Amino acid sequence: MLTPVAFGFLGSMLPAFGYLPALGGDSLSLWPWQKLFADPALWSASFLALWVGLAATGCSLLLTMGFFAAWQGTRSFTIFLRLLSPLLSVPHVTLTFGLAFLLAPSGWIIRLLSPWPSGFQTPPDWLILNDPYGFSLILALILKEVPFLFLMGVSALNQIESQRSLATMRSMGYGPLAAWSKVIFPQIYPQIRLPVFAVLAFSISVVDVSLIIGPSTPPPLSVLLLRWSQDPDLEWRFVAAAGGLWQCFLLIIAIGGWFLGERLVKKIGLLWILCGHRFSSDVILRYSFLLINMVSFLCAYLGMMAMGVWSIAGYWRFPDALPERYSLTSWARQLDQIAVPLTNSLWIGLASAFIALALSLLWLQETSSCHASPSPQNSGKRQAAKLPFLLYIPLLIPQMSFLFGVQTFVLFIGWHQTWVTLLWSHLLFVLPYVFLSLSEAYQSFDSRYERAALCLGLSPLHVWWRVKLPMLLRPILAAMALGFAVSIAQYLPTLLSGGGRFPTLTTEAVALASGGNRRVIGIYALLQMLLPFLAYMLALGLPAWLYRHRRALHTHGGL
Amino acid sequence: MTSLGSQESTCSGAPPLCEGLSLRDIVITLEVPLFDPISLDIPPGDIMTLMGSSGVGKSSLLAFLTGTLSRSFKTHGQVYIHQKEITQTPPEKRHLGILFQDDLLFPHLSVGQNLALAIPKSVKGEKRQEKIYAALEEAGLTGYENRDPATLSGGQKARIALLRVLLSEPKALLLDEPFSKIDPETRSTFRYFVYDHVRTLKLPTLLVTHDPQDASIAQGRLKELKKT
Repeated sequence: MLTPVAFGFLGSMLPAFGYLPALGGDSLSLWPWQKLFADPALWSASFLALWVGLAATGCSLLLTMGFFAAWQGTRSFTIFLRLLSPLLSVPHVTLTFGLAFLLAPSGWIIRLLSPWPSGFQTPPDWLILNDPYGFSLILALILKEVPFLFLMGVSALNQIESQRSLATMRSMGYGPLAAWSKVIFPQIYPQIRLPVFAVLAFSISVVDVSLIIGPSTPPPLSVLLLRWSQDPDLEWRFVAAAGGLWQCFLLIIAIGGWFLGERLVKKIGLLWILCGHRFSSDVILRYSFLLINMVSFLCAYLGMMAMGVWSIAGYWRFPDALPERYSLTSWARQLDQIAVPLTNSLWIGLASAFIALALSLLWLQETSSCHASPSPQNSGKRQAAKLPFLLYIPLLIPQMSFLFGVQTFVLFIGWHQTWVTLLWSHLLFVLPYVFLSLSEAYQSFDSRYERAALCLGLSPLHVWWRVKLPMLLRPILAAMALGFAVSIAQYLPTLLSGGGRFPTLTTEAVALASGGNRRVIGIYALLQMLLPFLAYMLALGLPAWLYRHRRALHTHGGL
Repeated sequence: MTSLGSQESTCSGAPPLCEGLSLRDIVITLEVPLFDPISLDIPPGDIMTLMGSSGVGKSSLLAFLTGTLSRSFKTHGQVYIHQKEITQTPPEKRHLGILFQDDLLFPHLSVGQNLALAIPKSVKGEKRQEKIYAALEEAGLTGYENRDPATLSGGQKARIALLRVLLSEPKALLLDEPFSKIDPETRSTFRYFVYDHVRTLKLPTLLVTHDPQDASIAQGRLKELKKT
């Protein structure tokens, strides 16, 4: 599976040094680099990427962990978890559009404040979206990354014993925030570190969100690279390849910076942990974490509502909070155009989810034998932990850097822009998620069920088919739904490997962003959200219905 | 209770001369051997009790006998059932029934389906249904065929679990502390339920337990697994 990444890298490396016979570059040289560094937009674009990436990651982590520290174990925490987990399946493009619909000068927030108390009769001439410092971009990223880190944090928490340590700390007089930060955070951070790096890599290199809500002159590096790679002047392809490597270098710098930050926090944190400060009155801080997080998920949900309203809005004057009339004309008018991207999205999503599921099941079945292990905790886990790291690689490398290489590589072998390469590039991102979500269920499966079935005389295939598969139906379908959602959300892989020949809801929605027709954008973004949502409903509903008379299968599982 | 290990010394090493379940010089090694080499002969209908401190490898021994021990262990020795060696036979063809601490009824199947799953392919048509009804009757659970196993009481689940094993027509039975998780009131009834079936069906039975009472009621020989 990883060979495409390796080839992708190679495919970026060679053109970066001027070698790409297909485009007339047949000798190694440094001219693409010279051209890259001579470009006036490069430095500001690079700084912007670093700033956005670090700020979005830092804020998301702070918000998530702050909320954990303040509220873990309470009812608000459980309610929050329920509200946040559906957001995980919402494509970031949808969330971003939602945010844009709220924040824009003519968006819902300003409409609600107008004409009173703001006094606006026409939308103010403010640059809220696409602001040059990337604030709105950072906000959009936080909206998407907080739910992700939240769920990662919860699964990390499940692996440690937190309740008793917290109780011990509280009994020594530590406030909830201090108790959690001093004892629990140091334990779970190592486990969420890889996801945090994935967030960092994603935020530095994100393309679709930046196109919608990021600064445009100059744009962040990823957008600049995309422009170059699509420049009619083929010379820029070489520069884009060099830029892809430069982006990797930036990521390494960012991760290095993060490392230093970790060190610093560790040093200072240790002093703070040992100084004995109880910090027992932390109510204000705790509630502010609650408030900020509530605002953030409210933004997400309100944004999606705003899109829904826009998609059925008839005439809608500016300061009005709601449209004067509602109509389905926009939907009716788009019906023809939507059919192709909709079916494309559907089959790519289904196919990649299914292939990823089959590969994961095969792999997991091979590695996790049902046989009684010496100590079930470590023997199986060590093996399982190895693969995910390799699988994580496509999530840790900037998409642009190797997808561009994949593109040149398939061009080279003549598979350019076929559905095979399209599916392949989707799988790179779908497989890790499907595998990770399945492997947890596989590891917690009680292997004695398999042993019992074997000893009843069932063949291994029968045991798998009649016992293991049905018992794992819930996590299996959930993993598939996740894979489907991941595939639906892919922008850059679809664009680059499909070469524009396979428009999906996501590529169409992003393409519409510059046009600014909110009614049409609302339709595309809503559909884009609806597909994964339906997949999740099926994934939850089907086993619940099939096993409606089987109580033991109701409780465990989950998203 | 008879004295410990009088018989195994006589036929150690050699293939068994008698019917039943026989173990020869079994050693399981994970870096170091877990216990002293063990040899046993359990004639049909006998219940041999195997005791030993926790962690000595009782469950590993049972996993080895059923052929489901992880490959990270090194093993040595032979297993025979009715004088036929099964050490290399795949688990599903050994015909060794095993009962665990937990009932392990498959949660996605009804009580009747759990039983049906165990009946060999060779039993066909209405015969299968008859066997299920007979088993349910034996468990005192007539009419429970379509019930969700999760709705049964602990004792009921345990009885179904035993009958499921028996329906698979095992040639010997392995019991991995099957009484330890059952509440004390039902424990002794279930114990007799198991022992009675073992004797009627003349199954050679190996019982692994912590509880000396399990052993004394079994009235069979007692063997201790010793750490090396």
